[in-house]
Amino acid sequence: MNVTETHSNSNGFAVRAVSVSRHYKMGDAVIRAVNEISLEIRTGEFIALLGASGSGKSTLLNLIAGLDRPTAGAILAQGRDLATLSSEELADHRNHTIGIVFQSFQLLPRMSVEENVELPLRIAEVPRGERPALVRDALERVGLGGRTKHRPMEISGGEQQRAAIARALVNRPMILLADEPTGNLDTKTGDEIMTLIGEIHHPASGSGRTIIMVTHERALAEKYADRIVTLSDGSIAKEERLR
Amino acid sequence: MKLGDLTELAARNLREAILRNSLTTIGISVGVASLVALLSLGVGLQELVNRNIGRAGLFNTVAVRPRQNTPFGQGGGGGRRNAADAADLLPPRVLDDAARREIAALPNVLEVNPEVRFTAEARIEPRSRLTLVAGMAASSESSGTLEGMVGKFFSGPNVQEAILQGNLAMRLLDDGKAPESLVGQQITLRFAQRQAVPQATAQAQPGDVPNGASPDEEALGFSIIPGEKQFRIVGVIPAPDSGGGGGGFNNAGIYLPLAVAQDLEVVQGQDLREVMRTGSGQGRRYAALNVVAGSPAAVGEIESAVGRMGFAAFSLIDVTRNLRTFFAIFDLFLGIFGSLALAVASLGIINTLVMAILERRREIGVLKALGAADRDVRHLFFAEAGVMGLVGGVFGVLLGWAIGRAIQFGTGVYLKRQGLTAPNIWSVPWWLVAGAVVFAILVSLASGIYPASRAARLDPVEALRYE
Repeated sequence: MNVTETHSNSNGFAVRAVSVSRHYKMGDAVIRAVNEISLEIRTGEFIALLGASGSGKSTLLNLIAGLDRPTAGAILAQGRDLATLSSEELADHRNHTIGIVFQSFQLLPRMSVEENVELPLRIAEVPRGERPALVRDALERVGLGGRTKHRPMEISGGEQQRAAIARALVNRPMILLADEPTGNLDTKTGDEIMTLIGEIHHPASGSGRTIIMVTHERALAEKYADRIVTLSDGSIAKEERLR
Repeated sequence: MKLGDLTELAARNLREAILRNSLTTIGISVGVASLVALLSLGVGLQELVNRNIGRAGLFNTVAVRPRQNTPFGQGGGGGRRNAADAADLLPPRVLDDAARREIAALPNVLEVNPEVRFTAEARIEPRSRLTLVAGMAASSESSGTLEGMVGKFFSGPNVQEAILQGNLAMRLLDDGKAPESLVGQQITLRFAQRQAVPQATAQAQPGDVPNGASPDEEALGFSIIPGEKQFRIVGVIPAPDSGGGGGGFNNAGIYLPLAVAQDLEVVQGQDLREVMRTGSGQGRRYAALNVVAGSPAAVGEIESAVGRMGFAAFSLIDVTRNLRTFFAIFDLFLGIFGSLALAVASLGIINTLVMAILERRREIGVLKALGAADRDVRHLFFAEAGVMGLVGGVFGVLLGWAIGRAIQFGTGVYLKRQGLTAPNIWSVPWWLVAGAVVFAILVSLASGIYPASRAARLDPVEALRYE
């Protein structure tokens, strides 16, 4: 299927998955990690992808992130079909259009918190002079203004995840992807992180962001998401609109 | 990613595995050092040979002789001949003032000087020695012929001054005295002088002898009388075996200003040969002319033109061309042997970077997740290889320089023990320094191609899962 949209003709959708599949071959067997999923996510929507392990939610998130390519179908993000983009264009999509937060934070241990947050700016070739202010803004927004010089190992898990969120937001992407952002945190810290993500979705001032979060905690999804999409065996089992 | 950021990240990554990367960099340094040390010796030897030839002032000099007089084979033509030249060759000519003017008019000819060389007795009381005396043109002052001379050059073209070769100076001195002590002293030269015999008048009867000249002398046009003259020693050239100037086939014991040497009217071997050939020694004829070309590049053209005039011409261009070819091949072999160590070091770079990929797999995944393109990851690994090459190259040049100095020092000690003076056989020109560093960087970058491509191709999803 060949689906194209322009930026100006994204019809208010931040992301559209059109009959998208991601199959893997393991020997003679074909693993259908994602199988003909169609999903429309509106700009500014907070959607939670819910499902058991192996249901395909992380694979779908990777496809939306442009970290992986579909075997069939199309993923349209901000009007562009990711399946047709070159690897350079996909890299640009990951750098400018989306920000990713991982379950295990994925901060580079040899760099300080501020250096980790600065990385997307280096990649985006933002002039050196502009970077400190952007890094400071992002870190203050997640409440880490005072721990910029520490290395990841020197701060708590919650703080590491805050730093990872700051890194995901520093380039001001339209879409924030979160892959089990509270999975490695205790309940209290997880709540704090979810509150932060909620604030990013609905900030006190300015426009919010589209958020796509993978989680297996239904309670969190119900508390923060506008819509819950439950996946099972690579397909959408259920969709629930909450708000 | 911008170059500055790439370099900064690369340097940071290299610092994180400092031991392994240092060992790899030392490997590059050793490779570059062996290359620099060997090539610096090759270059040093080449410069030593060129210096000695250049000191003789022969790179841009063409020696012209009457064809019969050529010392390079009877009936020889020009030093450099081909079929076209042979077709233009004229019958042998006399090397006289007319020929000198004709040669001086050739393009790219700066000056044409007669070769004045004769044997004389040199006396500084109480000692005397037979030696070869040569006329020296004023242009020799800046040619390098007098390198290392103590004293000064002739104060004018017609002054009664002499420059002595160190060996002769030592033989004229008491034991233990320095040759330089002769500067300012007088030296007496005794030589065979040519004296013109006036032509017999019409009234003269057969058997009359003008000015007491014998009939044979009258027929020759000159008589030979003993001549003696004093000169003030203004300079002493170091003896050739001490590495100083004055070497080459123009070597002589005493140098006089060319015009002064010419005016001495000394009988030369050429005069006797001319008498045998023509039956008369009248008129000024030259044994040889030294033609100074504007540049070594013009020497070939001048040789051909002189050959076409009917004279024999010779220069060292052909000899030095073969020498240059020899040294080019010699340096090539030295470079190949020197590069072997660098080739081994390049394997170390590949190994180090492949290990780095395995260790930093997850980091590569994160970079890609944050928007780094394959190109950025490739460039990052190239930058790491390049930084190792740059640092290894710089330290390698320093190490090679130190090795070269050590070899020079060791050679000097050995030669001194043999009673010889050690020449400079080692040279590190700027192009060798720059070339070695650039070569080290290029070899390192080439070594980084495979690891960088492998890192760039990493699947980010797989890389992020890697523990």
